[in-house]
Amino acid sequence: MTSSSPQQRPPPPAGIVVSGLHKTYGNGNSAVIALRDVQLRVEPGEVVGLVGPSGSGKSTLLKCLGAVLTPSGGQIELGGQVVFDGDHWLHPDLTRLRREQIGFIFQSPYLLPFLSVRDNVALLAMLLGRSNQEARAAADQLLADLDMAHRADAMPNRLSGGEQQRVAIARALVNRPPILLADEPTAPLDSPRAMAVMDLLERLAGQMGTSVIVVTHDEKILPRLQRIYAVRDGVVGEGRRERVRDAPLRFLSRRLRKT
Amino acid sequence: MINLAWRDSRHNWGKLLITGCGLGLLVGVTVSMAGVYRGMVEDAEALIGGSGADLWVVEQHTLGPFAEASRIDDDLYRSLRQLPGVRRAVNGSFQTLLIQRPGRSLRVLVAGVELGVPGGLGQPPGLVAGRPLLRDRDELLADPGTGLQLGEVVPIRRKRFTVVGLTTRMVSPTGDPMLFVPFRDGQDLQFLPGNEAIARQRRRQARPAERQALTNAVLVQLEPSARPELVAAEIERWLGLTAYTRPAMKEAMVGKLIEASARQIGLFLVILTLVTTTMIGFIVFTLTQGKLREIAVLKLIGMPSRLIAWMIVQQAVALGLFAFVVGTSLATVMAPRFPRHVVLQRRDLIAAAAVALASSSLASLVGVKAALGVDPAEAIQ
Repeated sequence: MTSSSPQQRPPPPAGIVVSGLHKTYGNGNSAVIALRDVQLRVEPGEVVGLVGPSGSGKSTLLKCLGAVLTPSGGQIELGGQVVFDGDHWLHPDLTRLRREQIGFIFQSPYLLPFLSVRDNVALLAMLLGRSNQEARAAADQLLADLDMAHRADAMPNRLSGGEQQRVAIARALVNRPPILLADEPTAPLDSPRAMAVMDLLERLAGQMGTSVIVVTHDEKILPRLQRIYAVRDGVVGEGRRERVRDAPLRFLSRRLRKT
Repeated sequence: MINLAWRDSRHNWGKLLITGCGLGLLVGVTVSMAGVYRGMVEDAEALIGGSGADLWVVEQHTLGPFAEASRIDDDLYRSLRQLPGVRRAVNGSFQTLLIQRPGRSLRVLVAGVELGVPGGLGQPPGLVAGRPLLRDRDELLADPGTGLQLGEVVPIRRKRFTVVGLTTRMVSPTGDPMLFVPFRDGQDLQFLPGNEAIARQRRRQARPAERQALTNAVLVQLEPSARPELVAAEIERWLGLTAYTRPAMKEAMVGKLIEASARQIGLFLVILTLVTTTMIGFIVFTLTQGKLREIAVLKLIGMPSRLIAWMIVQQAVALGLFAFVVGTSLATVMAPRFPRHVVLQRRDLIAAAAVALASSSLASLVGVKAALGVDPAEAIQ
């Protein structure tokens, strides 16, 4: 990563812009509304949170943003490009869209057990057509940034949970995607490690201009998020960190009434 | 690009090794069964070709002398010798019987032949030890598969034979090793009644039983200019016998005598191929099921489905080819230990490799279907 280091990367034109997004499962009397008129915006380099109780619609929103679930309506713009509008995807190849535009971090790292740490990270870069040597060099650079260079040759089952999560983060970032979707990235970690992961996300988002959405239940990391969107019964509302943290239900009730 | 199939296989080498060896046993059995059939055909060809006969003359409307009983007068060879195109004609008797060996009975095909040199009409094609039959009584040439030694005295029915020579491999179409005895002795063994039968006949008929002047077949050697089909047609028309040319005799032996075995072996081959395909399919499916979460993650992070499918196909094919290598190696090592003659032909091995390739490719579809059905959204809880 010499000529394409994070510092030299030009900032992306836009981050994530969602407007009027809704999603309904089923139809008729059995229809379940999972998302209602979602408005959301994440600037490049910004780390925002998505909070809410289980079943509120967080995962549905994340799946829609990750182009693995087709919304029922609305518009999604990723990296300055409208990828979903009305009722269909505008991008011809969603797999490619995910590969090139979106990084994913999961609650569990889900590393490939048969690849070394380095190759787990490099694989995605290889999928983008980079040579094995280039991809591994990029992986080594990221692993060094994450203080994991010494474990590059290790197999995933030799790593601790925190180390595995750092490798998963490196994998998500190896292609320097403009969008990063993190689903409970600190859930399996203790506080110091969770803070370290948030440090890392903030730093990398700042360096690469990546728009980061972090789905979390973890109150410890709320103060680390620049903005927070709260979700309940499919309604997404933006609130100040303190208000969402201290009285999320009251905030959401007001938002629901408006809807 | 990293070869994911290879990396995954290396990671799960123990599981795949055991599976591959198990499948290899099946492939080995399949290849060996094909080899047994080839061995039967080769033995039949050796028996026909090694006799030096251009025509086999037997009782009318029979498939004799190996596939069916045939009895003709033992002086018919004289008439045959008079036919145009016939150079030589000699009697031949063939009888399957049990001889006693230390601790076991051994089934053998006893051929009664006129005296002559190895490679001559009716004779074994060659000797590996000893000498040809020189006396017209009590001497014997044996296939090494009998375990008989030179100089050994072998009691067969009422007679005692001395082993004077060991032939090159000569077995019957059903795999029994052959013994060659002088024709008169062969005739006695088959047509001379036993002591009890003689006594019984004497009591009933008041006259001594005689050896019947019969033989099973006459082996005919033709002049180089003669056409076997035409001579055979002449024999059938004028002498009321059936005459087989070499191809017709091969057809009678392979097509009729070995046919049932071939059908049985063919059915086994089909079953074993199906079992192998099913097992590979099951293993690939199980391996895929164990990786569904990883596959969902791979799809979510943008790996094309074709690469995932290719990984599964590669693994299945590699498993099939590994099983083929294990199986054919095993069959090659075990072939000499089989009681039957096993011939592993290159074309059979190529066919087995093709079947292994095709069946593993087919079996991989089960895993591919399972993998393609994985929703990348499953990676997000």
